[in-house]
Amino acid sequence: MNAIELSHVSKIYRRYGGRQFSTLKSALFQRSLLRDLQPSETFPALTDVSFRVPTGATFGVIGRNGSGKSTALKLVAGITKPTSGTVAVQGRISALIELGAGFHPEISGRENVFINGIMLGLSKREIQNRFDEIVEFAELRDFIDAPVKTYSSGMYMRLGFAVAIHVDPDVLLVDEVLAVGDEGFTHKCLDKFAELKRSNKTILLVTHSLNLVERFCDEAVWLDGGANQAEGDPKRVVDAYLTKVEEGEDALMAVTTARAVEGAHAPAAADGPAPADPTSDMVHATEGRWGSREIEITDVAFVDGSGQTSFVFHSGEPMAIRMKVHATRPIADFVFGFGLFNADGVCCYGTNTYLEQMTPQAIEGDAEATFQIERLDLVEGTYKVDVAVHKIDGYPYDYHRLLYTFRVKSRTHDVGLYRPQHTWRFSPGVRFK
Amino acid sequence: MFANLAKLFRYRGLITSLVARDLKARYRGSVLGFFWSFINPLLLLLIYSFVFTTIMPNKIAGVQPYTLFMFCGILPWTWFSSALLEASGSLIAGGNLIKKVLFPAEVLPIVSVLANMVNFFLGLPILILFLVLYQHLPNPWNLLWFPVVVVVQLVFTLALALTVAALSVHFRDVRDILSNLLTLWFFATPIIYPWFQPEVQRFKTFFDVNPFTHIVVSYQEVLFFNNGPVGHWKWLLSLGAGSVLLFLGGFWLFDRLRDSFAEAV
Repeated sequence: MNAIELSHVSKIYRRYGGRQFSTLKSALFQRSLLRDLQPSETFPALTDVSFRVPTGATFGVIGRNGSGKSTALKLVAGITKPTSGTVAVQGRISALIELGAGFHPEISGRENVFINGIMLGLSKREIQNRFDEIVEFAELRDFIDAPVKTYSSGMYMRLGFAVAIHVDPDVLLVDEVLAVGDEGFTHKCLDKFAELKRSNKTILLVTHSLNLVERFCDEAVWLDGGANQAEGDPKRVVDAYLTKVEEGEDALMAVTTARAVEGAHAPAAADGPAPADPTSDMVHATEGRWGSREIEITDVAFVDGSGQTSFVFHSGEPMAIRMKVHATRPIADFVFGFGLFNADGVCCYGTNTYLEQMTPQAIEGDAEATFQIERLDLVEGTYKVDVAVHKIDGYPYDYHRLLYTFRVKSRTHDVGLYRPQHTWRFSPGVRFK
Repeated sequence: MFANLAKLFRYRGLITSLVARDLKARYRGSVLGFFWSFINPLLLLLIYSFVFTTIMPNKIAGVQPYTLFMFCGILPWTWFSSALLEASGSLIAGGNLIKKVLFPAEVLPIVSVLANMVNFFLGLPILILFLVLYQHLPNPWNLLWFPVVVVVQLVFTLALALTVAALSVHFRDVRDILSNLLTLWFFATPIIYPWFQPEVQRFKTFFDVNPFTHIVVSYQEVLFFNNGPVGHWKWLLSLGAGSVLLFLGGFWLFDRLRDSFAEAV
């Protein structure tokens, strides 16, 4: 049995040209009533989406902002109707879409619980029976007779959540509302979900918390651009989604970098005065480019383990920074430098060929220098890179400061800058599941 | 449409609690609280009696005491006009409910009408008080017609309320048009002048097509003119039948536009 079944559902939102439709005057006097009634622009929020949620299953919906998740949820809730296709839902629905929608600020929490409960389809008696439980759950015993306008936003949300969850739904729709309370309350909500799950209720969960989907859901669907991208095992769906997100970030980072480099190539920046001693300001530097260009860095690329250029790397994978240089004449005094900074501008690492005791001999014409990192042992985050060619005494040929950005991804949410390659060892008294 | 109309009956619990909430919330935080429901019409009545007996004495025969005559029309008119104005903004004000919860939108304009009806009822004791004070008691047999007039006005107001509520979602200027239209309508209805005045009779057709004429004249006959039977009942009943049709039309329009509310509000 399927509690929720969407088959070939499309939803097209209509946008009326320049909101002219909102005034009667324009509709009447410009004789545009009929034209304005015809949507001038349409926006497909969902295109041919199908999925079914078996009774008793917990089903996750993930996707970027604007991917159609909330529209799908509203269709299931019956708040909007699909443009084409069918939506079938079995049983009583409770939607945790907007908590406390319909609370009236002037009247007390108690009265609002009753009215909200009636709006959600309970009878007065049912609310009476559950009232204490609701107040207990919302942790509002002392404030239940105060007007709702005196509540903090957390209290407001908790009360809304408590009412909605006590409607005793067969199908519970949840739209990113778990972030309503403090840690304790969130746990309580999750416990409540687990309880509903045990009693064979169907839960449709729209969330950005991939962790939650993996831990909690039996199945998941990934929507992107209003279309079904992947469906099934939550782990697999989440992985597919993450891969796509990385591709997106890659493209974004390529654009950022190209823009930064272009900006620095502009004559003003190139001829700008060089800092007296670039290395002294290593910790808090702003992006830029300077130098005599006797040796010029013409291209910088990040290369992953398979030799492809990329902007997104996984923690622990190999990475190479490859710079192409061009020397306008034979030069014997040169040093290649490399610096790595995190998003806060803190220098994670810096080195150059001189510090590593390489004595220069000659460079001429086009050449390449590659800084190979065997394992990128960094925590997740965005990092920026300095590359430079200069004389041993510091006189810059070409100095690129913080022009290149890449991103490190990690499935572990550890903190800091550096992740040493590590393992945990325990004596037999310590056990993990 | 008829399925939705039948559902309306199921929502009676919701409607009653929302009406109660509206009335409670209206005066919450004010010192006199619920007494304002009595004080407002009382003050209005006092102001009118001062103006029309002292400043600008009204001597039209047959409508003395004039203040009472006028009040019999103004009370139902206040219900009508404020219900429509509130209803026209009700869907936009309740946008959160329509967009985020599975909520029967038609409940909102209906609640506006009913909440104002309760206010109308609360104004009646003031009217009765003054009828007694002026020793101008209505004919008890005529009073039997009172519930009929109220029901006709209720259906008529509901019909218009559903229409303006649905339209104002798409045309926000309905509200402004309405408030001006209501002023015009007020003066075009025999509320502050009697319908039997010769000047009014000259435009009889015009007054006859104005539905609110018949409602107000009925109220005046029931409450004020105690010297004869209610002669306006034919008009009243026809208007009642017309209002039912109008209500069905208004509900149909509302039902047609219903799906667009969640997106357009």
